[in-house]
Amino acid sequence: MKALSLNNKYVNLYITTLLFCALFALGSVLYTGFFSGQVLLNMFIDNAFLIITAIGMTFVLIIGGIDISIGAVIALICMLSAYLLEVWHLGPLVVIPAMLIVGAVFGLVQGIFIHYFKIQPFIVTLAGMFLARGLCYVISIDTVLITDPFYQFMATYRIPLPFNSFISVSVLIALAAIAAAYYILNYTRFGRTAYAIGGNEQSALLMGLPVARTKVLIYTLNGFCSALAGIVFSFYMLSGYGLHAVGLEMDAIASVVIGGTPLTGGIGFVTGTLFGVLIQGVIQTLIMFQGTLSSWWTKIAIAFLLCVFIVLQRLIVARKESRKSLA
Amino acid sequence: MTGGSGFTFLEYPIHHDFSPEGKVPVMSSILTAKGICKYFPGVKALQNVDFELQAGEIHCLMGENGAGKSTLIKVLTGVEVSDAGEVCLERKKIAPSSPQQAQQLGISTVYQEVNLCLNLSVAENIFIGREPRKYCGIDWKEINRRSRVLLANMNLDIDVTQPLGRYSVAIQQMVAIARALDISAKVLILDEPTSSLDATEVNKLFEVMQKLKQQGLGIIFVTHFIEQVYAVSDRITILRNGELVGVYDTAALPRVQLIAKMMGKAFDGFEASIKKTAAGSEAEEHAGFLAVRGLGCRGSISPFDLEVNNGEVLGIVGLLGSGRTELARIIFGIDRADSGEVLIKGQKVKLVCPADAIRHGLAYCPENRKTEGIIDTLSVRENIILALQAKRGWGKYIPRKKQEEIANKYVNLLRIKTAGLEQLVGNLSGGNQQKVILARWLITMPSLLILDEPTRGIDVGTKAEIQKLIRALAAEGMAVIFISSELDESIRCCDRMAVLRDRSKIAELSGQEIEEQVIMQTIAGV
Repeated sequence: MKALSLNNKYVNLYITTLLFCALFALGSVLYTGFFSGQVLLNMFIDNAFLIITAIGMTFVLIIGGIDISIGAVIALICMLSAYLLEVWHLGPLVVIPAMLIVGAVFGLVQGIFIHYFKIQPFIVTLAGMFLARGLCYVISIDTVLITDPFYQFMATYRIPLPFNSFISVSVLIALAAIAAAYYILNYTRFGRTAYAIGGNEQSALLMGLPVARTKVLIYTLNGFCSALAGIVFSFYMLSGYGLHAVGLEMDAIASVVIGGTPLTGGIGFVTGTLFGVLIQGVIQTLIMFQGTLSSWWTKIAIAFLLCVFIVLQRLIVARKESRKSLA
Repeated sequence: MTGGSGFTFLEYPIHHDFSPEGKVPVMSSILTAKGICKYFPGVKALQNVDFELQAGEIHCLMGENGAGKSTLIKVLTGVEVSDAGEVCLERKKIAPSSPQQAQQLGISTVYQEVNLCLNLSVAENIFIGREPRKYCGIDWKEINRRSRVLLANMNLDIDVTQPLGRYSVAIQQMVAIARALDISAKVLILDEPTSSLDATEVNKLFEVMQKLKQQGLGIIFVTHFIEQVYAVSDRITILRNGELVGVYDTAALPRVQLIAKMMGKAFDGFEASIKKTAAGSEAEEHAGFLAVRGLGCRGSISPFDLEVNNGEVLGIVGLLGSGRTELARIIFGIDRADSGEVLIKGQKVKLVCPADAIRHGLAYCPENRKTEGIIDTLSVRENIILALQAKRGWGKYIPRKKQEEIANKYVNLLRIKTAGLEQLVGNLSGGNQQKVILARWLITMPSLLILDEPTRGIDVGTKAEIQKLIRALAAEGMAVIFISSELDESIRCCDRMAVLRDRSKIAELSGQEIEEQVIMQTIAGV
């Protein structure tokens, strides 16, 4: 019995972690040069922005919500920072905090609409998505290149690590975000309230938990995370363009779900989300090493994985229900 | 002097306002409510109701549907604010405006539906919102340790780090109680906590209640199960139609009296009610239509036998929560039976879903017409035609003209008051909505019609019309199962009656036995 009672809610997390290790091992066996620290670190470097925004999304999915505006918000942040830096000639010290505030306020307003006007988060953030995307083109219909020296430095600087490997500043930001999210989710009242809301909002309310405040703050936090991801993305792309990060929200949602956070809420892990992103990274890398496959095969692999994971989640729930009716 | 609980009332003069039947209270009143009134638009939910709870007692709150029990609980717990009257906790006037505030003051409620989060651990459910902290985060060790102590106090030894959803509803309820007690321990309200528990679980809950009672807690216990009232309570307050009927010592109140008081019937005195037996139903031999053998479903209704004949109205009576609706649902295939069999015209059939039942000529008008019956955004015509279309299968569309013809016929036949066939059902009055549902099932020409509270919330005139209609249908040879919480109505309409108590069928009455006092005695089990 003890062996069987492996905690159900962690099943997806374990599978994701194992799957990542298996895929990495597979690559190492198939391709020379795959098994190296730098290949692993590159996955972090290339996906730092996705990790950050997926963390915000993890919070949203834990309370059982959704936010599809984040890709557009990231594009808007890139465009806005490029415009402020290049056209208004503001310094990064002004631009970066301003961008974080813009993202947080964007999330706050969406959160207020979702909670106080009781509109489905899908619709609210769909509107938010169109708004942010549209604003990009109001600012400029062309690519705006970022030539600011600080941004150039952030884009190119490599932090040296032992064994001849390196990471970028973005990776540090992403790791800090993971640590912060882990702490918030596990050791603060705010984080635990998020889980309670996802488990049963009505109960959370009756238990006297600050449901309204927490919900709005979660969307605010997600807005903040997408702004942070936007800044990291602008370090990566060094430009603002209206078509940046198209469909990124779906990549983020996919990462979170693969990481063991169901769309129904109440369960969720930042470490899972990290591995969810890394799995996408490892598949990309595998396809790169393979050389002949189109990069779109990543999408097909992700589609397959998502399908498997959603079915798995459903099976776990179904098993729980059948055991309940027996108990 | 009432100083039993160690309080000294220096500033407060001591009253003995509440001394039912002249008895001097041994213990102190912990919670009193005086002259509580609560009005909702068009309804007097509570009228001048007094209530008093002592420390160290289990006090049952009884009453049928609409008696005002839940409104009273809501007033005490701050969900609703009363329109008049005052509530005192330990002789201090309180006016909680939210459940949280009531809880801070010392009044906690545990509902039938467990209001906890199944995804969180047992320990977290007890402490969420007021977690002990260490350094700059939640102190999980302390939470788990204190949870273990709290649950051990209730003789419960479980792994508190497991998600609550892994445990049975009974344990979930214990956890809810543990949480309530840890927040404040003066008054505990248990609102139908036993509805989804089985016998051993109920006993376990009762043990905990007795233990808490000995610790000096005042417990208000709301239940529909008569046996449980007598098993555990010290006193009973009975409400009816928003008014206080009385406060009684449980030991001194016979069961029949309790039921009579709840139903509002004078039990003593033998003035026989005018009994309108259905025209010559006894002598005639009716062909049996449906027979049920040992049908039951765990946690819903215990196995029962039942027979319904063509041309007769079979009444299902019992108190609220005795399993009336459950019985109907299981026959109609909404709830899956886990034992027994159903025979239709002597043939064994499997009814696993309502569609099966409809195909075999059954029809069911549910109790809650608002949520389970009418679709108020569809028109009268569309609502009427629904079941017939479902019976024919969606491929065979009924032509519009034919639909109108049928709908028109039944609107006239049942005298449904509507502006037209295309009027939305949501705009009709309750009685007319009920008739629309009836029409819906009648056009499918069912052999057995199950009516669950068909006259609830309907004015008297329409009620009589519907009752007449039921008799007429039976006279034409239809079998009818009639469920009603109004005894008068059942007596008027039924040829035979199945009596339910505590989720099992306990008796069947027919002929001369269908009479108020016999029925009440049967329900009471004397």
